[in-house]
Amino acid sequence: MYAFEFERPSTVADAAKALGEEDAQALGGGQTLIPTLKQRLAMPSKLVSLSGIAEIKGVCKADDGALCVGGGTTHATVASEAKADYPALAALAGNIGDPAVRNRGTIGGSIANNDPAACYPSAVLASGATVVTNKREIAADDYFQGLFETALDEGEIVTEVRFPVPEKASYQKFEQPASRFALVGVFVAKYADGVRVAVTGASESGVFRWSEAEAALSSNFAPEALDGMAPPADGMISDLHGSADYRAHLVGVIARRAVAAAS
Amino acid sequence: MPADGGIGAATPRREDVRFLTGAGNYTDDINMRGQAYVAFLRSDVAHGKLKKVDTGAAAAMPGVIRIFTGEDFEGVGGIPCGWQVTDRHGEPMQEPPQPVLAQGKVRHIGDRIAAVVAESLEQARNAAEAIVVEIEDLPAVVDMKKALEPDATKVHDDLKNNLCYDWVFGSDDAAIEGAFSKAAHVTTLELVNQRLVANPMEPRVAIGDYASHSDESTLYTTSQNPHMIRLLMGAFVLGIPEHKLRVVAPDVGGGFGTKIFHYAEEAFCTFAAKALHRPVKWTSSRSEAFISDAQGRDHVTKIELALDAENNFIGLRTDTLANMGAYLMTVAPAVPTYLHGTLMAGCYRTPAVQVNVRAVFTNTVPVDAYRGAGRPEATYQLERLIDKAARELGADPIALRRQNFVTEFPYTTPVAVQYDTGNYHGTMDVLEKIADIAGFEKRRKDSEARGKLRGFGINCYIEACGLAPSHLVGQLGGRAGFYESATVRVNATGGLVVMTGSHSHGQGHETSFPQVVADMLGIDPSMIELVHGDTSKIPMGMGTYGSRSLSVGGSAIYRATEKIIAKAKKIAAHLMEASEADVELKDGQFSVAGTDKSVAWGDVTLAAYVPHNYPLEDIEPGLEETAFYDPSNFTYPAGAYACEVEVDPDTGKVEIMSFAAADDFGNIINPMIVDGQVHGGIGQGIGQALLENCVYDETGQLLSASFMDYAMPRADDVPFYAVDHSSQTPCTHNPLGVKGCGEAGAIGSPPAVVNAVVDALQSGGHKVDHIDMPVSPARVWAAMNNA
Repeated sequence: MYAFEFERPSTVADAAKALGEEDAQALGGGQTLIPTLKQRLAMPSKLVSLSGIAEIKGVCKADDGALCVGGGTTHATVASEAKADYPALAALAGNIGDPAVRNRGTIGGSIANNDPAACYPSAVLASGATVVTNKREIAADDYFQGLFETALDEGEIVTEVRFPVPEKASYQKFEQPASRFALVGVFVAKYADGVRVAVTGASESGVFRWSEAEAALSSNFAPEALDGMAPPADGMISDLHGSADYRAHLVGVIARRAVAAAS
Repeated sequence: MPADGGIGAATPRREDVRFLTGAGNYTDDINMRGQAYVAFLRSDVAHGKLKKVDTGAAAAMPGVIRIFTGEDFEGVGGIPCGWQVTDRHGEPMQEPPQPVLAQGKVRHIGDRIAAVVAESLEQARNAAEAIVVEIEDLPAVVDMKKALEPDATKVHDDLKNNLCYDWVFGSDDAAIEGAFSKAAHVTTLELVNQRLVANPMEPRVAIGDYASHSDESTLYTTSQNPHMIRLLMGAFVLGIPEHKLRVVAPDVGGGFGTKIFHYAEEAFCTFAAKALHRPVKWTSSRSEAFISDAQGRDHVTKIELALDAENNFIGLRTDTLANMGAYLMTVAPAVPTYLHGTLMAGCYRTPAVQVNVRAVFTNTVPVDAYRGAGRPEATYQLERLIDKAARELGADPIALRRQNFVTEFPYTTPVAVQYDTGNYHGTMDVLEKIADIAGFEKRRKDSEARGKLRGFGINCYIEACGLAPSHLVGQLGGRAGFYESATVRVNATGGLVVMTGSHSHGQGHETSFPQVVADMLGIDPSMIELVHGDTSKIPMGMGTYGSRSLSVGGSAIYRATEKIIAKAKKIAAHLMEASEADVELKDGQFSVAGTDKSVAWGDVTLAAYVPHNYPLEDIEPGLEETAFYDPSNFTYPAGAYACEVEVDPDTGKVEIMSFAAADDFGNIINPMIVDGQVHGGIGQGIGQALLENCVYDETGQLLSASFMDYAMPRADDVPFYAVDHSSQTPCTHNPLGVKGCGEAGAIGSPPAVVNAVVDALQSGGHKVDHIDMPVSPARVWAAMNNA
């Protein structure tokens, strides 16, 4: 990797200040950024580690019942601490990567990066969660803006994600054989006012809501409601591991499985 | 099982203590005083003319010692090829040069343009990025069929075209055409044996060192055969006589074939160390390994089987394109020919077999031997074809195979080799038992109840191992001898050091080889130490590949130990004042038959080195013997494998439910190590069948250039295996009766997996004849849906 300065502040305010410098880059758990640096594919002037900031770590419950996950919380922590309140979210976190990834990687890092095959964006979007930063609150529907694109400004830090807890939910992932990222992942969440379905891994535009499935499931929350349904193959990713047609087909299959598994 | 740690004992691997406690000494663990570091600047285009390589600014950067380019190697030899194939017209293959650093052109992604030597690795990399290179892009030749078209761009301007050779082997045209013209049924299959990346856990490393006071060069390298590297690099590349060149291959973390070959990086480090009078070290990154380690397989084949009305195989014909990549690596031309065509008869007595192979140059990373080397390709096409024939004929796939088995030995095939012994019904009998074929229909129903399609696949395999008779290999174009050597040195106090030319890079030689010697001498294996991997310590040896270590190297150890026993008996006879003919050696004691006279092993060894009471007029002092063993034939391990899969019809995902392997390896020295070799081989074969795929796009860019896209098998991709090697027909021509087990798993497993997947789909009503590997979910789904 190229040489860089390194800072590890202990407050969000100090981190935001350090990130004000040109070409400074926030470092979450480093599960994407460190390999990128090792390959010399990025050249930040400074890395600002968020791992020393206690105020953005941990899982708690808000007064309105929402589950609040600090931006610096590792997947392993979510897997264990969200289990009682939001089991589908905990299960998703517990199945990201491998134990090393889960004990370093953070939810803030994942959704700030917004890899089109990452798991977390589907949970955030399907839950209609709120992404809280050091500057503002952003609704999930406004947050994800395409491949590796988000509503975050330069230097903006994800401090918390607030998940309204659904009545029933499940995340099902069909793994890409090499990376074991989602070839297709579907998060289904049933709320009193309707069902939300978010799909990751499949689309050239990143995570998206499958509105036809949401409508079908809102009137009948059962796998059969999606029988014969699949999103259009147009705009789906086509690569070594599967064609656009295959991915579109899988979205239907995996969505039905998510509904069947929802609890 | 013997309890004494001799032949047949499942002794735990003594080297594992070192490996599992972090005490291994791998090449990258070696650091020399004053060592400098190398970074190679590699081509990021597949084919182009080098217009300019400007190192000026880069050379002035901090820490840079010197930057080398192709110009520095103009008077230096290229990387040699060790095997010359003669084509169907009696002409030698086209053999292009492979410069250490590119001269004039780059020919594949990763081709070496320049090398920076600097005080630190980071400095070397920084400078490599600062080298200014201008490349005029040329069209990349990637697809083999297109490469052979008359107007195709040439990978090597000085060759006639991109055809390395057009080789025909086996029965003549009249015999083949006769068989097909009278066939009652012909089954045809076109298939791809996809390119693989070997990916040993330890990437390649090379360290060159030079001692000016003695004019001696030393190369530390991740090699399976240090003597071969010494010969190839010393004689053909750098012009260093062998007594001034030492090659050391210490602990090596897996090879799978890709560490057989002599690589340019080795020659570069040795050359640069002498030029700079400093040790020079290169360590490959994983990314670099993807574009610089020789890759494996990559055949496209059409195969046809002729059967008579009674389902007897009467003719077999194949037409294969084999990808060589951009340059010829050490044994690359032999892989699709003598390691593939000669095995095309399989376990069957097909009277007419003809193999045609055209080897092709493309703008891709060079291809050479990879675990099994040619034999997996032969087995895969033949056993997929037989399965298809059985389906077309409505025959039971096991019965069809059994009906055509070779049953009388020795058996000379139409493709030149002579199987010395075997019992193919025997291994099939074992397989039918351990695979619980009787219970399959019930298991299929259970799967169907869970919405899954269950399939059963079977195949046989035969391989030629123990490479091999030097005289035969020489006739076939091999440019080396393929004997093996051993020195057995007995110390005065009775302990032994065995120096072997075989090289262990995961095979457990330090455990199994002493078992042979201990068994012969009747002593404890802990008294025996194995030395290998250093040309300054061992006799000229040919290394480890082609499942040859035990059958050839072990036989050399056997012969040397026989000499030790013969001499020790002479000494013992003198000490006991008996006739040599009456001396017996048992349990480490020499005794005289019919008397109570005896002397211990240690008494004899001490006498050999303190010859006070010694027959000096008859024999020399000391107890050290060397033997070179050159086999009279290959060995022919064979077996039958079975696989059961479940296919998820909604997603196309294949899950391996069980895998059974019945092998005939002849005699077994250490059954635990043999089990491990088979397990690893099957894992690799399942990797090829379901997961691994090295893919270039039409511009020659490597799409599967990291583990993010190249799917290696992981523990949860493979089942627990049922492995049985109780059906044994000992090799008839080596003293141990052993055949070799290192490649069997990788050779025998891919067809069983694909046969099982096709069977599963057929059971679900899908008229699918074939799916090319890797049988990924996307491909299975596409096959089911004609997508």
